Amino acid sequence: MILLGELSLWVALLMAAWSATTSFAGGRIARTDLIASGERAMYATFAFVVLASVGLWTALLTSDFSLRFVASYTSANLPAVYKFAAFWGGQAGSMLFWCLILALYSAITLFANRRRNRELMPYVTGTLALVLVFFLATTVFRANPYARLDWVPPDGTGLNPQLQNPGMAIHPPNLYLGYVATSVPFAFAIAALVTRRLDAEWLGAVRRWSLVSWLFLTIGITLGMWWAYVELGWGGYWAWDPVENASLLPWLTGTAFLHSIMIQEKRGMLRKWNVTLVVATFLLSILGTFITRSGVIESVHSFAQSPIGNWFAAFLVLSIVTTAFLVATRLKDLEARAELESMVSREAAFLYNNVVLVGIAFSVLWGTLFPIISEAVRGSKITVGPPFFNTVNIPLGLLLLGLTGVGPLIAWRRASVPNLKRQFAAPVSGGLILGAALFALGMRDGYALVSYTLAGFVATTIGQEFVKGVGARRRMHGEAVPIALLRLIARNRRRYGGYIVHFGVVVLFAAFAGLAFKKEYDLSLAPGESFSAVDPYNRTWTFTSQGVSRYEELNRQVVAVALDAKRAGAAPTLIKSEKRQHVDSRGNPSFEPSTEVGILESLRQDVYLVLHGVTGEGTAEIRITFNPLVWWVWYGGIIMALGGLIVMWPQATRAGANRRAEGGYVVVMQPTERPHVDAAV
Amino acid sequence: MVRARTKFIIGGVLVLGTAGYLMASSIGQTAMYYLTPGELAAKVKDDSTFFDTGVKMGARVVPGTITREPGGRAVSFSVTDGSQTIPVTYRGVIPDTFTDSVDVVVEGRYNKNGQFVATTLLAKCASRYENAPDKYQSTPGYKASKGPAA
Repeated sequence: MILLGELSLWVALLMAAWSATTSFAGGRIARTDLIASGERAMYATFAFVVLASVGLWTALLTSDFSLRFVASYTSANLPAVYKFAAFWGGQAGSMLFWCLILALYSAITLFANRRRNRELMPYVTGTLALVLVFFLATTVFRANPYARLDWVPPDGTGLNPQLQNPGMAIHPPNLYLGYVATSVPFAFAIAALVTRRLDAEWLGAVRRWSLVSWLFLTIGITLGMWWAYVELGWGGYWAWDPVENASLLPWLTGTAFLHSIMIQEKRGMLRKWNVTLVVATFLLSILGTFITRSGVIESVHSFAQSPIGNWFAAFLVLSIVTTAFLVATRLKDLEARAELESMVSREAAFLYNNVVLVGIAFSVLWGTLFPIISEAVRGSKITVGPPFFNTVNIPLGLLLLGLTGVGPLIAWRRASVPNLKRQFAAPVSGGLILGAALFALGMRDGYALVSYTLAGFVATTIGQEFVKGVGARRRMHGEAVPIALLRLIARNRRRYGGYIVHFGVVVLFAAFAGLAFKKEYDLSLAPGESFSAVDPYNRTWTFTSQGVSRYEELNRQVVAVALDAKRAGAAPTLIKSEKRQHVDSRGNPSFEPSTEVGILESLRQDVYLVLHGVTGEGTAEIRITFNPLVWWVWYGGIIMALGGLIVMWPQATRAGANRRAEGGYVVVMQPTERPHVDAAV
Repeated sequence: MVRARTKFIIGGVLVLGTAGYLMASSIGQTAMYYLTPGELAAKVKDDSTFFDTGVKMGARVVPGTITREPGGRAVSFSVTDGSQTIPVTYRGVIPDTFTDSVDVVVEGRYNKNGQFVATTLLAKCASRYENAPDKYQSTPGYKASKGPAA
């Protein structure tokens, strides 16, 4: 099986190369036999990449330590689930994993479009095949998971204990699923450019793929934050580390695209811009993989300096040059079909949303690449830290949050003043009341107050939209509230799913603003000793050390401290934090010790305990952090993902609506038409 | 009547201009040189203002130089890039991955006594996610060595 897998990898590379060649040639000279051959070769590529992956999984699960990869990332005593997850724990395996997902997506794309978009498909297949060729070639020649050691070690070095966490088992696949899904819109964009078929048809085909990518990136980023928070023990979830930024960048441009695509569908505007966003999102995904994998930028994630860097750089440059050439030669075909009519219109709100999202993406990219840029320009590496990202992105983020509320309230094309007054009255009051209430309760942090005021505004906007929609259904169909609500969402998935995503964003911002009130205490506690601390809600906690215990578990030695946490008006609880020394199957210590944090979770705040070390007779050196509203980050992420799922879910009812949603539609509203009072989608 | 398009562009330029201004000003405030011990030594030789200026230094911990104060909250050690060795003192949370021979990034000030006083310590361990398989060749029969092989 393992030998078969290794061979399959080579065959897959040849098949992908064949598919790229015949697809492009077939499309160019319009020969259906070549096009068909290219598509069949793509399916074959998929089959062989699956074989190659099954081969590697077999090697991992049967602990075949003759493979360098298996020996490097697993050990005999590793739980099976982590042997399975070790596939994406190391460089070579994650490259193969990229290929596996891309081949899968390509096969799905080909199958879904076997009767649709036939003029585009040869180039779509060809582009996907080319990307596959690149990734397969990098895997085969630069990071081959089937590389062998010249002797067989009795045991492997094991998987890093920090990666032995359920979050880590599913976080990378989600990110990869998100990254790779940007390839399909990219392939369609290239195909549309090559064939000059730049109307809404290609957009219809890529909208769902962009959503797939957005959904998986959202889940992946949220899981990454959760993993960093519970596993790394520094009390935060986002550090503006290059690898984190890398995953945020395609998410930002992808989000911008999902908004601007609506303007092209409705108004035929932003055609160049949409092509640019699709291509940028793909390139940023590749850049993300490159940053994560090459070690060109100093990062705590610090994957080994690796030989794949140059290949990626070359691929990036080649992609940029090709797309720039295609766009430049097709500017005429990309002219807008309509013009912005008023600043007070939904188009304008969406455009600003795009400006802000791309602005954030640019500042994050700039900050991330600054060490490289400064080294090239001034000869010395200069790094920027979290203060840079916060200074720039907090104001931009708040502006974005405000736009989230404004967008749905104003009509397409041109809003009328009475309409604006009616629409904005409740949300503005809602926001101001929340802000004033928090101020009265003693909140004095400027940014936090602005955040909560805006959050209140957006939340009321969303509430108002749902109330109006449900009310309309009740009047028209006489339905009960819950049924009206469900049908409302089910019949307008894009619109109301989108609102649910926005509500997730509100929850996230509320959580981020909570960070302003974080409190941290470093202390040492002997057994029986107590410490009192005041939390951000002005409540007093007393922590009493229950002493330190030492014991052994299956694959680790543990030193643990337990604290009794008491607060007036709450039942006392125990929090425990551990230092773990992992051992291999022979009892030798493996890896550096790791910390297991203790978290007392609640809706209001987390009490977060980290054991630094133990001195003398059981005196624990610890850090206690009060982290307000951290839970809201996870829930915000979950709500966003749910909203995304609703938007994506195929509308199975009326065939007409189906065609419209899938084919993409351009309604170029005539300027003579009266402005819409209520911008129903 | 100014066209909506022009108004939008003015608005967009305002937004991006503010963002650009914030970027430029905060880069001035938070940017830090990222140097190796050799580069840092060369910089202070040329320009004494580099003493007591916040910098980041990336280097490898010299094995056997780590002395931890009891309690695990303060540590002193030496780092090297092969050409220059600089002693470092640090007080704060010591990361789990900090040990002999790891690559570290320290942020702090280099003083005139030749001591680097660090305020943050990041240990980036090559073996953390990528175990060096060379370990096998260097230790026949496999006995896990503490820390990664250099």
